[in-house]
Amino acid sequence: MSEKRCDISVMVNAERVERPVLVRQHLVDFLREELDLTGSHLGCEHGVCGACQVMVDGQVVRGCLTLAVQTDGKHVETIEGLSESGVLADLQEAFLNHNALQCGFCSSGMLLSALNIVRHYPDAKRVEIRDHISGNYCRCTGYQAIVNAIESVLVKNRSAAVVGVAL
Amino acid sequence: MKSPAFDYVKPKSLNEALGYLKQYGAGAQVLAGGQSLMAIMNLGLAIPEVLIDINGLPGLTDITVTADGVRVGALVTHATLQRSAEIAKHVPLLWQCVPHVAHLAIRNVGTLGGSIALADPAAEYPAVVLALQATITLEGPNGVRDVGADDYFLGLYETAKAEDELLVAVTFPKVKDSEVMVFDELTRRRGDYALCGLAAAFDVSSGRIRAARLAYLSMGDTPVLAPEAAAALIGKAPSEETIAAALMALVNDLSPRSDLHGSVNGKLHWAKVLFGRSVRQLGKSA
Repeated sequence: MSEKRCDISVMVNAERVERPVLVRQHLVDFLREELDLTGSHLGCEHGVCGACQVMVDGQVVRGCLTLAVQTDGKHVETIEGLSESGVLADLQEAFLNHNALQCGFCSSGMLLSALNIVRHYPDAKRVEIRDHISGNYCRCTGYQAIVNAIESVLVKNRSAAVVGVAL
Repeated sequence: MKSPAFDYVKPKSLNEALGYLKQYGAGAQVLAGGQSLMAIMNLGLAIPEVLIDINGLPGLTDITVTADGVRVGALVTHATLQRSAEIAKHVPLLWQCVPHVAHLAIRNVGTLGGSIALADPAAEYPAVVLALQATITLEGPNGVRDVGADDYFLGLYETAKAEDELLVAVTFPKVKDSEVMVFDELTRRRGDYALCGLAAAFDVSSGRIRAARLAYLSMGDTPVLAPEAAAALIGKAPSEETIAAALMALVNDLSPRSDLHGSVNGKLHWAKVLFGRSVRQLGKSA
């Protein structure tokens, strides 16, 4: 018996992709192996490490716990698309400046969690930043530099907001 | 690891979904949020013949407030619960526990119904459902039936839900003015499975505890009630003496097993710590 495939039509980084997918293929394997988008990484493959995170319809999800077939009719954004659009530029610069990445394996997933903090928790303190990234494993940095980087973007945004109000 | 091959169906109606459940029986797994199921499948611990994807079925994503309860559709996600003003107001125990459920990316997708259908004893919602005596609504080939929380959790990942039934909603009672809800858990890291957790519903008036229902997670094969410890609180003020006396009773309620995470005595200690914290909370809010 050949394995079941389903036709899907999905927007990936603003480009439409239409093709049959193996129903057992999860989203990250689909992105990496079918579309050559290798920025999303597979670490644990059971939802613990966070290296596989991507956006589906604007929400951060675990790519390894999502089937490709489930993204039919949805919008998927990966680290490639989010880098190109400039959405992550501030965070990426801060990660570089604070040495918040070494091997880079966790970075794409970590940046998506960081983006969520910047968007939804602009007043987050260090302890809250740590809570928010607790679902992303980094085996290099000890997290300190990552917290520093995210905090620096929040501080910058807050001072920009204050200036905006003053003007 | 990768999941072995399986078939996949996406029914458009509840009846169609029930038809698939009947057709495939034990070979079927229902895909709601999939945040436990996909992990279990990737680890090779579940090898379903077919996945029945119920996402998109009408009526399962609503939160409905009625005169005496709040009905939460099976596909309501953790993130939706967290953002819901109705849940915060009427079911504060549930609302308090949501931030403890896994991590953001998982809360965006995982569902209340999936958690209650799976009935992981280390999960937060089963303990909350038991503490609040919520009602689980199941739909099967013979129609709809409601099961009370006391009759629902039967064993490790074992519930009153039959193989051909779908969990469609959970209805929680609305909190009363005299009630105080406390959820707390101990984890090594935020979002990890709890080493021990406690969902506690107290009724307090004139500085005395009038009723208490305490449900522990990660203390057995199911969420576990602590009726003797709760009884020891009745009619008492939330004082250190009251806590000390109730803790003597608590060891009769709990019989955790030792495992990689802790010894029996260690787990009982964690249970006592959480018990003390929850009752002290009453002193603060009185």
